[in-house]
Amino acid sequence: MAVDPLIELRDVNKYYGRLHVLKDVSLTVGRGEVVVVIGPSGSGKSTLCRAVNRLETIESGRITVGGRDLPEEGKALARLRTEVGMVFQSFNLFAHRTVLDNVSLAPVKVRRRSRADADRRSRELLDRVGLADQADKYPAQLSGGQQQRVAIARALAMDPEVLLFDEPTSALDPEMINEVLEVMRQLARDGMTMVVVTHEMGFARSAAHRVVFMADGRVIEDRAPEEFFTSPRSERARDFLSKILTH
Amino acid sequence: MNVLTDNWSLYGRGFLGTVELTVYASLLALVLGFVMAAFRAAPVGSLRAFGTVWVTVLRNTPLTLLFFAVLLGLPRFGVVLPFTLFAVLALGCYTSAFVCEALRAGINTVPRGQGEAARSLGMSFTQTLGAVVLPQAFRSVIPPIGSTLIALAKNSAIAGAFSVTELLGTYKTLNELGYGIIWTFVWIALGYLIITLTISAVFTVLEKRWGVAR
Ligand SMILES: Nc1ncnc2c1ncn2[C@@H]1O[C@H](COP(=O)(O)OP(=O)(O)O)[C@@H](O)[C@H]1O
Ligand SMILES: [Mg+2]
Repeated sequence: MAVDPLIELRDVNKYYGRLHVLKDVSLTVGRGEVVVVIGPSGSGKSTLCRAVNRLETIESGRITVGGRDLPEEGKALARLRTEVGMVFQSFNLFAHRTVLDNVSLAPVKVRRRSRADADRRSRELLDRVGLADQADKYPAQLSGGQQQRVAIARALAMDPEVLLFDEPTSALDPEMINEVLEVMRQLARDGMTMVVVTHEMGFARSAAHRVVFMADGRVIEDRAPEEFFTSPRSERARDFLSKILTH
Repeated sequence: MNVLTDNWSLYGRGFLGTVELTVYASLLALVLGFVMAAFRAAPVGSLRAFGTVWVTVLRNTPLTLLFFAVLLGLPRFGVVLPFTLFAVLALGCYTSAFVCEALRAGINTVPRGQGEAARSLGMSFTQTLGAVVLPQAFRSVIPPIGSTLIALAKNSAIAGAFSVTELLGTYKTLNELGYGIIWTFVWIALGYLIITLTISAVFTVLEKRWGVAR
């Protein structure tokens, strides 16, 4: 894999004030690849995700998407973000809009599609995530799992090249985790490029091509899932795995 | 008691003067306040700085001083305008600082994730603000903006001291005509009450409307 790099990070450093949260992070994500990022809380996984579509700026290093450097704030950055979809831990659906409007809003505003075209496509996407019958509800009327599936449909509506998931199932009740993971597995099977921050090892094992283990702002391991889970090389990873496996 | 019926046209002119000042200055304050709030939320440092200075200076200057500055200051630079226009400028700019801060407080009630989700879909700063953040901020912003505009209506009385025809200023003429001070002021107060209650009513309707929209 990784013959055709879509996302590349080279020696990326990020600080929050004096706190050094990304330390010389380098990472390549190939087109069609599914990369799972795991690591203890506070290790910089969210920051890494958010840096890729420049919701966070970095102090040094280089991030390229499709071979181009991330642009400065402005039109070019907005255009790049249409190519890099993001799914958040807390869903972040637009609270004042219906489910259908949530999915159609960006295609209408950004891609200048007609409302009718956008809605037709939105209904297809909602159908794909199993929510065709919820189109006219407001986000607050849906369960967490349903909201997260809408959020995935919303991200897909822009036809992005890659999807970033920041702990998409961490805010969900256990019985809803699987419906979201199933949608993500299907995306992976369809060849979507994905970066997924998650502690769901079942997902990592079944869908990921690579697992990236982070601790203290560094990438410690970057390997095939089976290898990583059965014989982690670093002490940090062994320690971390023993903790999440015992509960 | 007959101070009102005897001087209907004097009152009328004063009342309309205050209405005129209030309406035009409100529009100016809303537009400028909106622009400044957008500046203060913008991803561009120089705009943020401009917005901050604007608000800090205007919010912390006594309104009377601002009237002096505009009415006496601008003509020195060759800007000669009708007094009423000067008054609208002074009142509008002053109030825009409060409108801006009310809008900003409203924007801050909208969770950060809403704007981040919009931006990560490729929406521009203006689209994010206009289609996602402000509609959600709107509801919490309506009551404080209503209060701000009511304050503006009352503040417009200061313009009377600068030869602008407005409601409070009518008391001078009436006093000279020998009418009792009590009734004069009762009728003037009633005039202000009509204006401020109207503003209140408009904002109550707005609040109801937008309350249902969610
Ligand atoms: N906006 C912020 N301001 C200051 N510190 C932050 C901010 N966001 C995250 N941090 C800190 O940066 C570190 C990495 O955070 P994060 O990327 O969220 O880690 P993770 O997602 O792996 O839990 C943590 O120590 C966190 O407290
Ligand atoms: Mg996180």
